[in-house]
Amino acid sequence: MKKFKMPDTLSQEINNFELLNSFIIKRDIFDKNLIIRVDQSNIINVFKILKDEEVFAFTQLTDLCGVDLPHEEIRFQVVYNLLSMSNNSRITVKAFTDNSNSVPSIKKIYPAADWYEREAFDLYGINFSGHDDLRRLLTDYGFEGHPLRKDFPLTGNVEVRYDSDQERVIYEKVDLKQEYRDFDFESAWKGFKYPENQNDREENTDD
Amino acid sequence: MTEKENKKFRINFGPQHPAAHGVLRLILDLDGEVVERVEPHIGLLHRGTEKLIESKTYLQALPYFDRLDYVAPMNQEHAFAIATEQLLNISVPIRAQHIRVLFSEIGRILNHMINVPAQAMDVGALTPTLWGWEEREKLMTFYERACGSRLHAAYFRTGGVHQDIDESLINDIYEFCDPFLKVVDDLESLLTENRIFKQRNVDIGVVTKKDVLDWGLTGVMARGSGYNWDLRKTQPYESYDEYDFKIPVGKNGDNYDRYLIRVEECRQSVLIMKQSIEKLKPGPIITEDRKVAPPKRAEMKVSMEALIHHFKLYTEGYDVGPGEVYASIEAPKGEFGVYLIADGTNKPYRCKIRAPGFAHLQALDYLTRGHLLPDLSAVLGSLDLVFGEVDR
Repeated sequence: MKKFKMPDTLSQEINNFELLNSFIIKRDIFDKNLIIRVDQSNIINVFKILKDEEVFAFTQLTDLCGVDLPHEEIRFQVVYNLLSMSNNSRITVKAFTDNSNSVPSIKKIYPAADWYEREAFDLYGINFSGHDDLRRLLTDYGFEGHPLRKDFPLTGNVEVRYDSDQERVIYEKVDLKQEYRDFDFESAWKGFKYPENQNDREENTDD
Repeated sequence: MTEKENKKFRINFGPQHPAAHGVLRLILDLDGEVVERVEPHIGLLHRGTEKLIESKTYLQALPYFDRLDYVAPMNQEHAFAIATEQLLNISVPIRAQHIRVLFSEIGRILNHMINVPAQAMDVGALTPTLWGWEEREKLMTFYERACGSRLHAAYFRTGGVHQDIDESLINDIYEFCDPFLKVVDDLESLLTENRIFKQRNVDIGVVTKKDVLDWGLTGVMARGSGYNWDLRKTQPYESYDEYDFKIPVGKNGDNYDRYLIRVEECRQSVLIMKQSIEKLKPGPIITEDRKVAPPKRAEMKVSMEALIHHFKLYTEGYDVGPGEVYASIEAPKGEFGVYLIADGTNKPYRCKIRAPGFAHLQALDYLTRGHLLPDLSAVLGSLDLVFGEVDR
């Protein structure tokens, strides 16, 4: 059995592979993870190389997920985690997209991407072009909004209960008796910042 | 209309059905008794775990992992603990590592003792379920004695484990081991050579090597098809590289091979448990870093600093990152991973849970096409699904 290939070795191998190297915008190494960022237009090419070339042989898609960064210029990230059983290595690939653009679907390269892409569409509203069955997966039938976006409220918008008068389950707007308590630890623990002139005055009184 | 056309119909299976292993709804396209298409509708148990974790501190996020795959809770916590430890760059004391291995293997037996009999029940055998649950009950008592709770453990904390386990518990676990092997033998005597069980499982739901790669199948699903791949061996975490155990690998990739592997894994887990009990030496059970792990209660009574640490840890929590990691462990069902993005605050920015069952269920449509309707429940049983982790 091969030993786990450390990210520096893998990074070196990518350097030696010029075509793939040219697609990579940025790369980071964090502990045992190699993270490469690529432009969304090159996604298909990048995954074809990563899957088909012997040196990489990332034949299994472990995970695919969206990330929401509302304050960034390009709002969404799509993160792909790949595994190579034959080389015993892992790689993380990242692509960027926003509301008006879409990321090419990799369902044809990795059939497993089907549900993962549907999940990312469901939870973040990320569009995957070329996916033939992009429906909601985890949320309720007829759900509105994309719950894992940072601007979606944690408490949700609708609640469900059984109504004995109508004798059926009904949807209502969420009505909380107490507001969800979200503590701002940053300010509470960093202490109060006194204005500079106030310090001056204290020094004066000491004299 | 000809007679042939007449036989095609679409039925709804679940979401409440004894063979659905939880809340699974399937839309089945049938041609007579032959399955033409399966469309799983999941998410009926979706609780927004990932969203909730984003709004909680790292310590508060931990118990959500017990509620994913609730038949083997501590294994899930393990992945989260490893991910945060990688981000914080802290190491786990030796004793805590062995305790974690011990309870991970108990978790594996907990899982297999529910899945193997459930697979048998799906094809009509009831007795194994009763035997399996009896053993589970004993193991859950060990859980309870270690952490105070049978299911929702919250035991594997960042930097170690929450409480130390005492000598009597260790002895009782050791005494559990050998009689349990006898139960596994008994279980096997009911099923392995059972004519009905074999008729229903051999050559059913065959997974080829290519399917494993295409559909991202891991764990027993991959090993059943001949991959010698177990993260405990190939990418050792914790102290698994010090342990001596074997990885059972199948040949045919059918339901029957997967059943045989799970039974053998139970035996190997017992082997690991015994080894880890021998390796357990007195020592600290959680990191000494007081910015991550709380001090002992006795210490708090005499040290002001310890009291402050305790208060800060249980209100504000600890800051992690910035950074991002993907940490994975070999859960009983397959590769369970946590992809964590930390932004340097006390809450995870993003926590993606990679559940093995999600990938396995996705392959159901592909695996059951052309099978008969009764085979569907047999395949479903061998996929080892728990909807806590599939729906998250």
